[in-house]
Amino acid sequence: MKYKYLEHTADLKFQAFGKSMEEAFANAAIAMFDFVTKTGQIEPKMEEKIEVQSEDNKSLLYDFLEQFLFLIDTKRFLLHEIKDIKIKRVNHEKLKLSATAVGDAADHKYQIGGDIKAVTYNDMFIRKEDDHYVVQVLMDI
Amino acid sequence: MAEELIKKYNIKKVENCIYSIPKTADMKVGALLFLSESLLKNVEDGAMKQARNVATMPGIQKAAVAMPDMHEGYGFPIGGVAAMDIEKGCISPGGIGYDINCGVRMLATPLTKDDVMPKARQIVEAMFEHVPCGVGSKSDIRLSQEELNKVLNKGARWAVDNNYGFEDDLEHCESNGSLPDANADYVSSRAKERGKNQLDTLGAGNHFLEVQYVDKIFDKEVAKGFGIEKEGQITVMIHCGSRGLGHQVCSDFIREMEKTNPELLQQLPDRQLVYAPLGSDLAKRYFGAMCAAANYAWCNRHIIAHRVRTAFKQVFGTKPEELKTIYDVAHNIAKIEEHVIDGKKKKVMMHRKGATRAFPAEHPEIPKAYRKIGQPAILPGTMGTASYILVGTQKGLEMAFGSTAHGAGRAMSRHGALRQFRGETIKKELEAHNIIVKSASWKGIAEEAPKAYKNVDEVIKATEGSGICKIVARVRPIGVVKG
Repeated sequence: MKYKYLEHTADLKFQAFGKSMEEAFANAAIAMFDFVTKTGQIEPKMEEKIEVQSEDNKSLLYDFLEQFLFLIDTKRFLLHEIKDIKIKRVNHEKLKLSATAVGDAADHKYQIGGDIKAVTYNDMFIRKEDDHYVVQVLMDI
Repeated sequence: MAEELIKKYNIKKVENCIYSIPKTADMKVGALLFLSESLLKNVEDGAMKQARNVATMPGIQKAAVAMPDMHEGYGFPIGGVAAMDIEKGCISPGGIGYDINCGVRMLATPLTKDDVMPKARQIVEAMFEHVPCGVGSKSDIRLSQEELNKVLNKGARWAVDNNYGFEDDLEHCESNGSLPDANADYVSSRAKERGKNQLDTLGAGNHFLEVQYVDKIFDKEVAKGFGIEKEGQITVMIHCGSRGLGHQVCSDFIREMEKTNPELLQQLPDRQLVYAPLGSDLAKRYFGAMCAAANYAWCNRHIIAHRVRTAFKQVFGTKPEELKTIYDVAHNIAKIEEHVIDGKKKKVMMHRKGATRAFPAEHPEIPKAYRKIGQPAILPGTMGTASYILVGTQKGLEMAFGSTAHGAGRAMSRHGALRQFRGETIKKELEAHNIIVKSASWKGIAEEAPKAYKNVDEVIKATEGSGICKIVARVRPIGVVKG
């Protein structure tokens, strides 16, 4: 299972899973786009490089997901998959994430349903449980 | 659930439809909740916790207030109202929301239900055609950097200067559709990039255009003052906000506030409540950028109203100036206001998140035309149910900082709604009740199914029961365009 949606009255809440933190982050992006459209139906036609640098795990996840809201608004970008995601510590204080987002520009051929306004920190967590990672995110929709 | 919650938060009944959470050690003030008994029973634990969290914030005055449609949000609850001391207090993006100046504009038309019902489908189609809506929709307005800055600094005034709408619209708009403290220089280039092609777009989610008829007038004199002459008259509601630009402004400043004050994060009950102390450079820049985003939203609703007028002209032959703005209210905003606290007039940074300002008659901040009757507050229901126009009261000013609810408030998650309802079925059901719906997506219709919301009538009952507002008129939908 890549992710699961949780009950929340007003907003979109989900948990995403992965063997590594990178994979859990990538699956969080998939969970987000599966709400907007269906990542499976999006053709891999364009690539966007993503690079964010943040002060801790939570802000890294926040900044990473926010990149997509910017891409949706400015390039009508819809995600198909995340490739080559890497997280590394650049100095003692900062974390750096780099990835390639593969997808296509929104078009009439795609069914687009949900709209996401913003990422929030509400009830956010990033946990290592036994041999896998779980991240929880609530998005304002 | 209710009993447990009442015990857990030590909730006390103050009077009809007003409850309080007494102050405890970590709270600076108590909390005041404007709820009916049945609404109280259904408030989530999370929303109560958030109302309590607000009461711990620096410089908060009198009480953390929650409106009848309160429900769980992030940072503040939705329906959260808080006044912060202008010198010792703070400003928090989590007390305003990402969709800065999400709000509602309402127009009165000279048409009646009999004129519009036979052409309901045409007017819905025409509005859908004239107003870009849905995810990723783009407007025909192309703004240069310089023009976008003017929109941000001038708000709806920019639209009037560029031949959209009328001077009269500005006079019937909260803050005349333009906050003077706006400063486009404090808005990041990222936010501007997101906003430059979105002016004149509705967006998606719960945003909508609705053609309605006046179903019942409760206060003839006040209704007449607002331009609502008779039952059966057609009105239009426009619900949208500041689009990606506003979302980005909120996010940019949350991130900057976190980075500026990492120690604060350790003390906060919720990271989303991060704030800047008033008087700091950061607070000044956030407030300037937030006002700029609010101006963008007013300009957006103003231009969309112009498109609605064009659609009406096309279908019914009405002149644009015949569709008059009743009012335009913000329901996600912070403003500098003066309120009486401990018997003295005091300047505060008023936060309203999912709450509408509703000032009584004689208040200096309401339009001259409404000075004798009070400010209209617009309370949209859901696609299938009624919406209300209310008027502010003196009691509301004294007890709730002149605020009221902003809508029905969700009762069911969107995910839950999607599991339970199908867009096509909802559309058919509504059509059986003579309500035409057009949406950019079926999913959008299912998510916003009327049954996914609280009963708006219950919210109204608590609003009037507590005395924070008076009902003026009720309207019912004929046609809805959903983003």
